[in-house]
Amino acid sequence: MMAFSTWDIIRNLLLATRWTIALSLAAFIGGGLLGFLILVLRIIPSRAAGLAARAYIEIFQGTPLLMQLFLAFFAPALFGMNVPAWVAAFCALTAWSAAFLAEIWRGCVQAVPLGQWEAGASLGLSYAAQLRHIVLPQALRLAIAPTVGFMVQVVKGTALTSIIGFVELSKAGSIITNATFAPFTVYGCVALIYFALCWPISFGSRWLEGKLNVAHHAH
Amino acid sequence: MSLITLTDLHKSYGPHEVLKGISLTIEAGEVIALIGKSGSGKSTLLRCINGLEPFQRGGIDITGLPVTTNPAELRALRQRVGMIFQQFNLFPHMTVGRNVMLAPMVVKKQSKAHAEATARQMLDRVGLAGRFDSYPGQMSGGQQQRVAIARALAMEPLALLCDEITSALDPELVNEVLAVMRDLARQGMTLVMVTHEMRFAREVCHRLVFMHQGRIHEVGPPAEIFTAPKTTELRQFIGLEPV
Repeated sequence: MMAFSTWDIIRNLLLATRWTIALSLAAFIGGGLLGFLILVLRIIPSRAAGLAARAYIEIFQGTPLLMQLFLAFFAPALFGMNVPAWVAAFCALTAWSAAFLAEIWRGCVQAVPLGQWEAGASLGLSYAAQLRHIVLPQALRLAIAPTVGFMVQVVKGTALTSIIGFVELSKAGSIITNATFAPFTVYGCVALIYFALCWPISFGSRWLEGKLNVAHHAH
Repeated sequence: MSLITLTDLHKSYGPHEVLKGISLTIEAGEVIALIGKSGSGKSTLLRCINGLEPFQRGGIDITGLPVTTNPAELRALRQRVGMIFQQFNLFPHMTVGRNVMLAPMVVKKQSKAHAEATARQMLDRVGLAGRFDSYPGQMSGGQQQRVAIARALAMEPLALLCDEITSALDPELVNEVLAVMRDLARQGMTLVMVTHEMRFAREVCHRLVFMHQGRIHEVGPPAEIFTAPKTTELRQFIGLEPV
């Protein structure tokens, strides 16, 4: 039997970590763009757009991410399309992040006082101009900390994509465990790597929250 | 032709009728105070004139333009009628100068240089010439309210609607705002204000409109309203008769 040194284990896990990072970033950016679109649909004064956005958010927040991954991976096969695991993983995580980000950001938009909209309206600004010049810049400041905090959820969410065969950190861990029969060492390392990725993000989120709150109060 | 004409205006929040048929004409250059107890519909009336509140029946006409719910028509109308709020509602993320420049640049498509020149002129007019680069949060309430006035003036409105603009201010800051309003009145600006500053109303306004339970009870020049009130409600309101 071939022997694995601890370095072999760590090296292979770190190589797989690249895919965890890449998938997290791609899903976060894709989810951010889609989430912004849904946010706009959610807040514009159109009943149909609002209902569509709400339905989207309810569906993706009300079902497990795991089911969404399965569906993204297996549903296209019903129509004879073979979707690579990384495409399915990216699509499902993007759609899932978008729902949560849209909802986080909606809270930030609603935290901007109504008087700000009214002041803009009374100056003759259109709805879009009120949103762009007055409300979104203020909501953005409120949104930074919770948005960065949500990125931790995305990173941890990528672990689920191992189930459809995408080789990221978790999947690499189980492959290596099957070869080394040292689950405690391997999964211990996996956990440490996840922690090393997530802790700086949540620390950064808290730091930004404190900093932006102070800046906000100084105004 | 009158500047603002209200015809049999009705407004309800659900089953609760707030305005029960308001008719009033306001001429250009007039300074009018809406007075009355809270809940009498003064602020609602003012917000209807600017299209911030929809109404159910009757009409509002401003220099021939009707107040509707059509967004484009409302924007055109709001360029003629500025509004100043009790809570100032300055944009906290922008400097004072930017606050004043925003609408002229975005709505009237003025160049930055033009808008800046106008903004400096308007800030000078309200006595805040040196504060162009300050943020609203660095100013007192009275100064913030004067910025709000400058911001409304920069759009060159035909009339200003003022919704209890001194009610959120500490007593020592009220006068600096009223002094600006006095200047505007002297310069011929049409002002429609909801106010509890009776002395100011008496000294500066051409007509007072006393509202009670969603109706106009009495209209007249201050001397008449204060010295010869006709209805019991008004006599009670100005303290000539116990409630």
